[in-house]
Amino acid sequence: MVDRELVVTEDELHAYVDGELPPDRREAVETWLAAHADDNLRVAAWRTQIEALRARYGDAANEPVPARLALDRITTRRRKWIGVAAAATIAAFVIGGAAGWFARGASAAAPNEFDAFTSDAVDAHRLYVVEVRHPVEVPAAEASHLVQWLSKRLNYQVRAPDLESIGLKLVGGRLLPGPAGSAAAFLMYESATGERFTIYCTRANAPNTALRFNTFGQIGAFYWVDGDFVFVVSGESDRGTLQKIAETSYEQLETRSTNRARGS
Amino acid sequence: MGSFQRDVEAAIPALRRYARALTRDSETADDLVQDTLVRALRFEHLFTGGEVRSWLYTILTNLNRNRLRSLARRPTMSPIEDNDAPDMSGPEAGGRDIERALAALVEEQRTALLLVVLEGLSYREVAEVQGVPIGTVMSRLARARAQIKAYLDGERPALRRVK
Repeated sequence: MVDRELVVTEDELHAYVDGELPPDRREAVETWLAAHADDNLRVAAWRTQIEALRARYGDAANEPVPARLALDRITTRRRKWIGVAAAATIAAFVIGGAAGWFARGASAAAPNEFDAFTSDAVDAHRLYVVEVRHPVEVPAAEASHLVQWLSKRLNYQVRAPDLESIGLKLVGGRLLPGPAGSAAAFLMYESATGERFTIYCTRANAPNTALRFNTFGQIGAFYWVDGDFVFVVSGESDRGTLQKIAETSYEQLETRSTNRARGS
Repeated sequence: MGSFQRDVEAAIPALRRYARALTRDSETADDLVQDTLVRALRFEHLFTGGEVRSWLYTILTNLNRNRLRSLARRPTMSPIEDNDAPDMSGPEAGGRDIERALAALVEEQRTALLLVVLEGLSYREVAEVQGVPIGTVMSRLARARAQIKAYLDGERPALRRVK
């Protein structure tokens, strides 16, 4: 195929403009451009765009960085939050974002402990459901390893509920920091259309509760406490869908702990 | 300050530039950068090596996508022909053509173009940031450039404003 040597593709024209062209193709592209006025004009137009973009925004990188973006300030901000943790509300956790995360350790006695847990869970949900490459640390293909690993780190028999009956497949899971230096298990499920739901589980020193519901912006979360653990099911779906997922999970996890109680 | 934090700090000016071009609004841009830094520090233990800079671009890109989604109040993706990115430049702001042309792009295309042209990332790095194959980055780049060219050439009657 001699033609392939001669013909220059549009991809190569972009690569030429962006400095990504292999050196041995440079001459071919330049010869091509000399012979094809239309492509030559396009390349010139792209270069004009590049110059315009750099002229418009390039200076933003030379401006002095405002104080609120200084790293030590960002660290300080988190620390300050601990002082007001007792008064923290759902809104504060949502708006504070990571601040809530760090305040959470100090807020064990705070009235809104559940909100702190669900906020952590929802934050983790937000962060990871948009991940395409690394939504989980351990994929579902290694589910038994995942469950063993999380169980060991939580010192608790973690189980990934089987949600296939309601159309959800396990994507995998992660270990996350939990309250006060403990660990949290984080499991992700996906529907056939790519909607993602997560289950967050960590140790909680709190009385058992039935399912409760809360919303954080677009994300809804069902949570409950069972034994020493809190579970949070998060997703962007309507309440009914989420409730079905939460109930299915609840039943399976509940059954499991009942079995364990009987077995021991 | 550890080397991770030093790398993060060194990237702040470039992150501000990227965010400014993404949002066309300096306050919104610095909010995005701040959220990115908070997350980076908070999730440092999840950073598995490689380029801190690429990781930060990834966080910022994802946060911006979430921001646009919540602005649009609809979680699903729009067709590619749609301009689903709300114009954050305000009613009268941003008199320059390139800024409006950029605002008219679909978010994925704008992201790809800015990461290559403004931030100087390689195609491979952009593919990692966007979590797509390089071929997808190339087609986003091509569409972005074609659309900006069309826009600047005047094929935008619906959007043209009286100055």
